[in-house]
Amino acid sequence: MVAAFKRPGWYRALLGTLVAAGLGVGLVVVLRSISGLSAFQSEQTGYPQVIVPLIMAPLGFLLGIGCFDYWLRWAFGLPTIPEDHAMHGAKSWKDYFKVNTDHKVIGVQYLCVNFFFFFVSGLMAMLIRAELAQPGTQIVSASTFNGLFSAHAAIMIFVFVVPVFAGLANYVLPLMIGAPDMAFPRLNALSFWMLPIAGILFVASFLAPGGAFDAGWTGYAPLSTGAPLGQSFFNLGVQFAGASSIATALNFLVTIITMRAPGMTFWRMPLLVWANLSTSLLVVAATPFIAGAQFMVFFDRILHTNFFQFGAGGDVISYQHIFWFYSHPAVYIMILPGFGIISEVISTHARKPIFGYRLMALALIGIVVLSYSVWAHHMFVAGMFSWLRVPMMLTTLLIAVPTGIKIFSWLGTLYFSKIHTRSTAMLFALAFIVTFTIGGISGVMLGMVPFDIHVSDTYFIVAHIHFVLFGGSVFTIFAGVYHWFPKMTGRMYDEKLGRVHFWGTLIGTWGTFIPMHWVGMDGMPRRVADYASQFGNWNLLISCFAFMLGAVQLVFLYNMIVSWRFGPRAEANPWRANSIEWLVSSPPPIYNFDEIPRVVGGPYEFGIPGARHAIMAGEGAEVPAGQPSVVGH
Amino acid sequence: MFSNRIPIAKMAAAVVVLSAITCAIMLSINWNGAEDSTAAPKIDDLMNIAIVLSTVIFWIVMVALAYALHAFKAKPGDESDGEPIHGNTRLEIVWTLVPTVIVLFLGGWSWKVLDEVEEPTGHQLTVDVFSQQYAWSFGYPGKEYAYSQGVLHVPVNRQIVFKMHSQDVIHSFWVPQWRIKKDNVPGITTTAIVTPDKVGTYQLICTELCGFGHASMRAKVVVEPEAKWAKWVAGLKEKVPTPLMVSVKQDTETNPEPLERVDAE
Repeated sequence: MVAAFKRPGWYRALLGTLVAAGLGVGLVVVLRSISGLSAFQSEQTGYPQVIVPLIMAPLGFLLGIGCFDYWLRWAFGLPTIPEDHAMHGAKSWKDYFKVNTDHKVIGVQYLCVNFFFFFVSGLMAMLIRAELAQPGTQIVSASTFNGLFSAHAAIMIFVFVVPVFAGLANYVLPLMIGAPDMAFPRLNALSFWMLPIAGILFVASFLAPGGAFDAGWTGYAPLSTGAPLGQSFFNLGVQFAGASSIATALNFLVTIITMRAPGMTFWRMPLLVWANLSTSLLVVAATPFIAGAQFMVFFDRILHTNFFQFGAGGDVISYQHIFWFYSHPAVYIMILPGFGIISEVISTHARKPIFGYRLMALALIGIVVLSYSVWAHHMFVAGMFSWLRVPMMLTTLLIAVPTGIKIFSWLGTLYFSKIHTRSTAMLFALAFIVTFTIGGISGVMLGMVPFDIHVSDTYFIVAHIHFVLFGGSVFTIFAGVYHWFPKMTGRMYDEKLGRVHFWGTLIGTWGTFIPMHWVGMDGMPRRVADYASQFGNWNLLISCFAFMLGAVQLVFLYNMIVSWRFGPRAEANPWRANSIEWLVSSPPPIYNFDEIPRVVGGPYEFGIPGARHAIMAGEGAEVPAGQPSVVGH
Repeated sequence: MFSNRIPIAKMAAAVVVLSAITCAIMLSINWNGAEDSTAAPKIDDLMNIAIVLSTVIFWIVMVALAYALHAFKAKPGDESDGEPIHGNTRLEIVWTLVPTVIVLFLGGWSWKVLDEVEEPTGHQLTVDVFSQQYAWSFGYPGKEYAYSQGVLHVPVNRQIVFKMHSQDVIHSFWVPQWRIKKDNVPGITTTAIVTPDKVGTYQLICTELCGFGHASMRAKVVVEPEAKWAKWVAGLKEKVPTPLMVSVKQDTETNPEPLERVDAE
């Protein structure tokens, strides 16, 4: 038994969590007693006896589960355990519940945790729509309602959309570039294990006195600086999700830049790799800003600093500037990897090279650059320096250009192709083009200052963000999950159920979010539990579609779980794709490749007789005529 | 170069017809409600221009997608590849430049509308807006500095400059029929300008999440002829309470409001 507590694992994690939490409480009690204060303090923004353990317990958990073992042994001069590979690869399902350094295991861990929180947060959305089905308050109080939509958004953004792309890329990206793993496998494991902590903090805030954080996922000061204890859970959760995100992005950057297989020049990288390169550039530079913003709110709350305390010289609007300097690039963090997925899926299932590959890659970089200069379009009515509005409007509108290039190039890819719609992945990719076009159009309209002034903070905004985040990002996530499901699990999913899920999701998305545009323009503000009775019928309709959208996700869940266990065996390359991950078995062997493959051409050379993207070790090394056999970068 | 293999003319015709029908429907709907300020028709016109351009672009994408799905869907059993076309520089330049021109046009028009609706006129009336969780109140500067709670009266056809102050958290001032909105930010004074041009009664809606009472933070707005308005103001018994006046003074002294256009003139 003692041995179980000494080994990295759940016993030691439990012990670590409890000991760290106990130390936290003890520290507070002792220090406060020495200072002559009452042991516990329960002002609404205080609660040091909760806050300090809340910071320490996750660290104790990470120590216990084994995220720091190797580094600590090395730091203390103990013999490290580098080569037994005990933390690499999964032999049984139990290995998915341990710290693992295999990027494929970590990818699956990410996806499962992310989808768990997707369903938790989706359930919150269902409660929100149930409350909004009729005017008046029926199901939850106004305070609980505020907590529900805040937690819904925070969980969807920080523990689903942002990290699920990291999870997908974790699995496929090293395979795609012909690398045996990520550059920093232990850091990769740490990134993963920080995520459930963030999710649990967000959900656990419902147990805090005063309820969950209820200042919206945007947490504007000074509402957030004076909010009940739950807000601190949000401030801390964002730190864990943010740290996870930054570490993963660094990992991707180093992996992509240094670990590509011989012959894979930048212009031979699949667009998914380009997309994750762009996303990682955004994450490493922008995410520290939201971490900073939340720390400042946190310090205002618990240490009584005055960053945003207007009575003490603090500046309320600066919170929004710092917050949106991350949170606008964040919307691209939540869509660029999706663009990459769509490019892979469309090219593969249309059997044709991506139209304008280089412009597609450059458009991603263009979006990265522009996205740093548009944040204040969230603040046209905020009372900021008014001169800022026009330049921010122009950059906002211009960002539609690279986005348009992507849409047109996918359309161009479809011309003179052979479109196969047998895969649910392709259906989601095609529907994404339609839905994202609508979301893009409402985005351009929102960029126009005079119109934005009218619809700011109304249901038009809710409609727009769900069109781009659900109809956009989530559709690409589904496309990616269906596309790589055979690779990840070695099984095929049920196409019939996939189709049910697809059509239900498409109709549900449109039915739910299209009418929201109108109720917003017509005068319904967002973030309200109760509304004028004139909007009653529309909201009932919206709620009905929302319930259908929610219900049909259960089909997806069933399909994934059952197919993973019982689905027919998948071939190595069921979609007959070109990129390297399809050249290895499904699922791939433990270290991906016996020998690193050699890249000899572009990733989308469909329709060119004899053209190859990569040659595996052991294959005849003839390079097709007409293709240079350049090795190196 | 593809024109001989794709029915460009038919597709263009489809785009024109579908766009015309959609625009006819979209433009006949009154999306934003009554237009009861001088700014409202300008903003709605801007929106309509955006709707027309968006509709055309939407149908271009849809028709192009629909034709591709119709013409290039693989026949059952056809496992061959598509044609190895890698791109077309001329086409790529077109779909970079045309959207650039369109969005810059929309940007320019928006800028023009923004300037027009915020253009100060001579005969302005300044009204102070005070917000706190979860109520609105209003101050009418003048030697009396009259104060009213929960009800805002303004004269018709006169430019109103609202000076906004918040006592606690951020609130936002929205009268949908006027198409204006501005956050009330604690610690600073923000400004919104509007010229109501219809007589009527409206609702002032708080649109920035401000706590559990956010949904019900409303006030009544009455627009009436100037003489009637003057009589109403004269009839107000209360003066703006001292704490509010103190905070207004502090706002303006310690945190001069962000440079609004109206002051830059």
